[in-house]
Amino acid sequence: MRKAIVFLFIISIGLISPNLLLAQAKTEVLIRNATVLTAAKGTLENTDILIENGKIAKIGRNLKAASNAKIIDASGKFVSPGIIDCHSHTMMDAVNEFSFSVTSMARIRDVLNPNDISIYRALAGGVTTANLLHGSANAIGGQNTVVKFKYGKPVEDFPIADAPPGIKFALGENPKRTNFNPTPGAAFRYPRTRMGVMEVIRDAFVRARDYKKSLDDFRAKKTTIQPRRDLELEPLVEVLEGKRLVHAHGYRSDEHLNLILIADEFGFKVATLQHGLEAYKIAPEIAKRGTGVSIFSDYWGYKLEAYDSIPYNAVILWKAGVNVSINSDSDERMRRLNLDAAKVVKTGVPEEDALKMITINPAKQLGIDKRTGSIEVGKDADLVIWTAHPFSVYARPEMTMIEGEVYFDRQQDLAKRGALQKEREALEKLEINRPPGAGATGATPPPIPKEKRRADLDDAEDVGGNQ
Amino acid sequence: MEKEFFTTETQRRRDFKSFKMMKTQMKTDSKRFLSNFFSVSLCLCGAIFLSAFGASAQSDGSEQNKTGRAGTFAITNARIVTVSGATIEKGTLIIKDGKIEAVGANVNVPNGAEKIDGTGLSVYPGLVDAGTNLGLAEIEGGAPGTIDVSETGDMNANAKAIIGINPHSSHVNVTRINGITTVLSIPQGGVISGQAAVINLNGSTQAEMALVPTFGLVINFPRIATGGGGFNPFGTPTPIDFNEALKRRDGRLDELKKLFRDAENYAKIQEAYAADKSLPAPATDLKMEAMKDYVRGGKPVIFTAERERDIRGAAKFAGEMKIKAIILGGQEAWKAADDLKKNNIAVIFTNIHNLPVRDDDDYDYLFEAPAKMARAGVKFAISTGDNGAMVSELPFQAGLAAAFDLPKDEALKSVTLYPAQILGIADKLGSLETGKIANVVITNGDILEPRTNVKYVFINGRLLPLTSRHTELYDSFKDRK
Repeated sequence: MRKAIVFLFIISIGLISPNLLLAQAKTEVLIRNATVLTAAKGTLENTDILIENGKIAKIGRNLKAASNAKIIDASGKFVSPGIIDCHSHTMMDAVNEFSFSVTSMARIRDVLNPNDISIYRALAGGVTTANLLHGSANAIGGQNTVVKFKYGKPVEDFPIADAPPGIKFALGENPKRTNFNPTPGAAFRYPRTRMGVMEVIRDAFVRARDYKKSLDDFRAKKTTIQPRRDLELEPLVEVLEGKRLVHAHGYRSDEHLNLILIADEFGFKVATLQHGLEAYKIAPEIAKRGTGVSIFSDYWGYKLEAYDSIPYNAVILWKAGVNVSINSDSDERMRRLNLDAAKVVKTGVPEEDALKMITINPAKQLGIDKRTGSIEVGKDADLVIWTAHPFSVYARPEMTMIEGEVYFDRQQDLAKRGALQKEREALEKLEINRPPGAGATGATPPPIPKEKRRADLDDAEDVGGNQ
Repeated sequence: MEKEFFTTETQRRRDFKSFKMMKTQMKTDSKRFLSNFFSVSLCLCGAIFLSAFGASAQSDGSEQNKTGRAGTFAITNARIVTVSGATIEKGTLIIKDGKIEAVGANVNVPNGAEKIDGTGLSVYPGLVDAGTNLGLAEIEGGAPGTIDVSETGDMNANAKAIIGINPHSSHVNVTRINGITTVLSIPQGGVISGQAAVINLNGSTQAEMALVPTFGLVINFPRIATGGGGFNPFGTPTPIDFNEALKRRDGRLDELKKLFRDAENYAKIQEAYAADKSLPAPATDLKMEAMKDYVRGGKPVIFTAERERDIRGAAKFAGEMKIKAIILGGQEAWKAADDLKKNNIAVIFTNIHNLPVRDDDDYDYLFEAPAKMARAGVKFAISTGDNGAMVSELPFQAGLAAAFDLPKDEALKSVTLYPAQILGIADKLGSLETGKIANVVITNGDILEPRTNVKYVFINGRLLPLTSRHTELYDSFKDRK
C-alpha cells in the first residue's frame, strides 16, 4: 500500500510541476502596459518590459519585440521584482546538524529537495529567491545556500552560482537548547547559557585565527610543514577574510550586540542579524557597522525571546539607515511576504522602501543585487505579475517568472485542476485501503504520508527550533 | 499520526505545550481543584452580576489596563460602513451611554457631544474574532506559567475560559488597536475542553470584559485516524485499516453519547428532586452540572473538526443528540454543506493561512475555502484561530479570502455581523445600528487592508487610547541615538 501512496504522490507532483509549462528562456518575452514597481527607480505607469535571454533588455513604452516573442498583456496589472526571502528552510530535507555547538562543516546544499511542493506554493506567492539557512540549534551552524525556485528543474539549477557563500550563527534560547527536551539519556550539550554561547563563538574564532596563521605561514613559506585541512575552521577563516557572509540568528538586542563586538574584535562584519526582533533597541550600533537586519514584519510573542518584538522595528531601523529585509522563516508565511511588507507602510515606511524590504534589500544582504532584486535593464527577469498592487490584500499573483521562464501561472494552474482531480480519483480507486461500500469513487481519501519534517518551522522542536 | 497531520500547526504547538506542562501541573492539581470549585460556584451566580459590572470599567493607571473614557461622541462627515445596511457615504454616528444613539446621513449632534471630524475617515463596527484563546495564552515558548489553554484530563466541561482569561494580557491592547473589539476565547485540549467565553477587549476584570461568560462547550470531535502511511522512518504508528479506525472513532463517540445521556439523566434527577423533596437528595457533580445546558440544546456545543468526514460526523452527532452545534476549524466545511445546512450548523473557519494538507491540494485550498462555503450556502465566520498575539491579523485574513473570490462585503460580514450572529449577540453588536453596543472603529481606509491605520477605537462607548505594549516599546526606543 505504501508503494501505492508513494506512487500517487510522485504522480501528483509530476502533474503540478511546471515541466509542461510555457515559455522557453531563449524566446523573447514582452510584458505590455503594466504598472511597474521597479524597487529601484519608483513606479512606472503603462510600461513594457522586454526580456531577452532571461534578462531584462528594455523597460519603456511601446516596445517592439521579435515576431515570435511571447506577448503578455498586463494592462491593469502590476509587475514587481520577484520576492526574495532572506530566511527560509524550504526544500531542505534537514535543518539542524544538532551534534556539536559548532557545525560549520555542514552544508545545506547537500540536503536540497527540488520536489518540495512548498516551492510551488512560494512561487504562487510571488517568491523567486530564498536564502536557505541551517537551523539555529548551534552557536555556529552550517553553510547556507541561496537558491532560485526553479521548480521542475534539476536540483543543481537551483543555487545561484555567483552568490557569495554564507554561514548561520545562532544566539539565545535555541543554541542553549533550554526550551527543548533533550534526547532521553543524552547529556546536556555545552552551552546552556548566553555566556557559554558567546564563548563557543569566541573559541571558534580563536582557533580559526590560529589556523589561518598556520595557513598563511605555510603559503609564505615560513614553514614547510603543510597544516592539516580543517573543514570546521575553513569556513570561519573565510569569514575572517571577508569571503563568507555571517547570518546571525538572535532575538535579544544584548546578544546581537555582543556578537557584533566579537566581530569587531576579530575584524569581520556580520552580514545580517536574522530575526533581530529587538534590533530597534540598538539601531545606531547596527547602522554604524553597516550590518543588515532581516526581520519579521509583526510576528511576535510566540516565545519569551519574541515578547519585545514590535511592528515598529522596521521603521526605527529604516530611519537609522539600516538595510532591512522582511523574511518568513516559514513555508506558510513565505506565501504572503507582500502583505507583511505592506504592514510596515502604516508605521511610516514609504511604500517603495517597504517594497525594497522584500526585494532589493535582501538581494543586497545576500550579495546578489547585481543580478536580481529590482526591475532594471541587465538584471535577471525575476518578475511577478499581480492583479493589483502587491500591498493590497486583494492582490493575487497571476504569474511568477525566473530569468524569463514562467514557473507559476494561475490560469494554467486553474486549467489543470480538473485533470488532477480525475487522476486523484483514478488513483483512489486503486487504493486497497479505501472504506468498503464507499464505491468506486471512494468517498474517503487514503491516509496521508507523514511529512518528513514540519512544513512550518516555527519553534519546531523536532528540527531544533529555527525562529 | 494522522491526527497530528490534520491538526493545525497552532494546535500542535498547544498540544506539545500542554504535554510539557503536565508535570508541573500535577503538583498544583489539588490547589487547582479547590480554586475550580470556587470558580464554578462563583460563575453560577457570577453571570447574574456580570452585566451590572460591565459598565464600571475603571483604569488602574497601568498601560496594560487603560480602559478609556466614557462620554457622548459625535463622529461627523464620515463614511459609515454599517454592514447591516447600505454604506452611508457622508454621515454622522452618535455614541451615548455606551450605545450607538443614532446613525445616518442627517443626524443632529446633541449638545455637549465631543465631535470627531470624520472627513476622509471610515467608520466600522468593531471586528469580532470567534475562535481565539485570547487571554489564556500569553507566551507559548519558554513561559509555560502563562499558558492556561488546556486543562489536564479528557472531560473538563466545568473548565471555563472566563476564569482563566487575563484581563491585563498585552494581547488585549495589541488586538483592539488593530480594530478587533470582541473575541470568543476558547479552552482546548482533551475531548471536552471546557466552556468558551465571549469577551470585549476592554475591562479591568473578567466580569467587565464578559459579554457571554459561558457561551459554548468546546468538544474536540473524535477523528477517524488511520495514522501512518507512506514514508515511516521514525517508528511512527503503523497505519491501521480504515474500518478499524472507524470502529475506534465510533467507540469514542459512544462514550461521548453516554456522557451526554448521563448529563441529561443527571438534570432529570435534579429536577425530580426539586419537585419532590421526599426523593433521596442527589449528589452534585460539577461536570454534569456544567453540561446540562448544552446536552439539552439550550447552548451550543462547539466541535473542532477540519475534514469533511469529521465535519459530517459532528453534524450527524448533533442531529442525533438534538443539540445546537457550531463547527470550529472547518477547512473542508464547504464539502459537507448539505449536512451542515440540514442541521443548521454554522462554521467558525480558522487558520486560513495554514498550508494545504495534501501535497496535491490546490495551492489556494484554504484561501478559497470561504468563497466555496459562501457559494454552498454555509453560514460562516472567519477567525484567526490564534492564541492571542496575532489575532490582529483578522482583517487581513478576511481580505485574503476576498482576494480568492469571496465578495468583499461578505468578507467584511464574516468578521463582523456573521460572527456576532453565530455567537448569538447580533442584537448587541456586529453592525452599526441604533441601540447596539458602541463597539466602533474609525480608520483612514478599508479596514481589511494592511496599509490602513486605525484612528479611533470605542468599546462599550468608551474611547480607548491607541496604546499597547508595542507602542510603549516604540516610544521608549524610537529616538535613541
